[in-house]
Amino acid sequence: MNDADFALLAKILKDRSGLILGDNKTYLLESRLVPVAKKHDLDDLDGLIKAVKGTTNELLLFDITEAMTTNESFFFRDNTPFDTFKAHTLPALLESRKNTRHIRIWSAACSTGQEAYSLAMILKENAALLANWRIEIIGTDLSPKVLEKAKSGVYSQFEVQRGLPVQYLVKYFSQVNELWQIDAAVRAMVDFRPGNLLTDFSLLGTFDVVFCRNVLIYFERDTKSEVLGRVSKRMPDDGVLFLGGAETVLGVSEEFKPISGQRGVYIIDR
Amino acid sequence: MKSCLVVDDSKVIRMVARRILEGLSFEVDEAVDGKDALDHCLESMPDSVLLDWNMPIMSGIEFLRELRKTEGGDAPVVVFCTTENDMEHIREAMEAGANEYIMKPFDSDILEAKFTQVGLI
Repeated sequence: MNDADFALLAKILKDRSGLILGDNKTYLLESRLVPVAKKHDLDDLDGLIKAVKGTTNELLLFDITEAMTTNESFFFRDNTPFDTFKAHTLPALLESRKNTRHIRIWSAACSTGQEAYSLAMILKENAALLANWRIEIIGTDLSPKVLEKAKSGVYSQFEVQRGLPVQYLVKYFSQVNELWQIDAAVRAMVDFRPGNLLTDFSLLGTFDVVFCRNVLIYFERDTKSEVLGRVSKRMPDDGVLFLGGAETVLGVSEEFKPISGQRGVYIIDR
Repeated sequence: MKSCLVVDDSKVIRMVARRILEGLSFEVDEAVDGKDALDHCLESMPDSVLLDWNMPIMSGIEFLRELRKTEGGDAPVVVFCTTENDMEHIREAMEAGANEYIMKPFDSDILEAKFTQVGLI
C-alpha cells in the first residue's frame, strides 16, 4: 500500500466517522480490512483499494468505516468515572429531579454496550433510591454490528473479566455455554440505537448525563468543537458530561467547564 | 510492597503468575497445593492469595475454608484463578470467602484488572 492509498482510506474514514487514521495505523488497515475485502469477494487489501477508487458502492464504503471504527470496550472502564457517577452525579440528580423523577443518560459511541450496562448495573444497585423513577439509558453507535452485540448482551469470558467485579457477574449474568449474557432486566434498561456523532442527533432528545468517552481523541480539533457544541444543545443547564481520561474540553469547547474535584467530568457553562 | 502467595500445582502457571505479579510490584511466594499454602499462611499471612482450584492433597476451596477459620485468616484477599468457569463454582467460591475470581485462561490485563478491583493495586 502506498501513501496515496493510505490517504484514500483515511479520507473515507474521516468523511464518514470523523475519525483520524494515524500514520502508524497501517497494521490496523491490514487486520481489519482483509475480512471486509473477503466479504466483498476481493482478493486482498490491494484488491479492496482498487475497488474503492471511484466507487459509489455505499455498502463497501460503509463496511470499511464500520471495520475501522470498532473499538474496545470494557465494563466499568477506568473505574473512576463510574465511582464519580455513583458518589456525585446520581445523588445530585436524585435531589434536582425529585419533582419529575425522570433521568435520561446517553452513552455516546457506546460500542458493544459495556458502558451503558455498567451504568444500568449501578442504577440496579441503587434500586431502593430509584423506586418510581423513570430512568432512560440510550446507547448510540454508528456500527449496526456492535449495536447488535450490545442488544444481545452476550459477552465472552475474556470480556466479562475485564473490569466487571465477579459479584456483578454472579448477580446480573447467566452462563450460555461458553458465553455470558447480561440478564433481561438489565438489558431492558438500555435502548440501543444507531447514531453518528457527525450528523444531527437532536431527535434523541435531551440528556441529564452524557458519557462520551474515548471518542473525541480520534477527532480533529474542529470536529471535536462541533460535536461538543451539538452535545451541549442536548443538555439542560445542569447537564453533566463525562469524557475519557485523555480528553478535555479545555481549548476545544466554551460550552462546558470542569467540575472541580471530579476528573474528566464537566458541567454546562452557558 | 504487598505480598502474594501463588498457589497452583502447575509450575508453568506459577511462573507466569509470578512474572506478572512481580511486574505489578508484588513480593511473590509459591505453594504447590492447598496444604502447602496453608503451611505458608500459618507461618506468615500474605496480603493476597492467587488460588487454583484443582490440586492434589488439598484443593483450593478446601484451603480457603480452612484459611478463613484460621486466626488472622480473614485478612488475605483471595483471588481464585481456575479452569472451573461455571456459575456454580463461582458461587461456591464466593460463599467460601473468595474476594475475586479469574477464569483461565488469563492474561496480565485480567489479573491487573481483578487485583485493582479488590484494592490490591
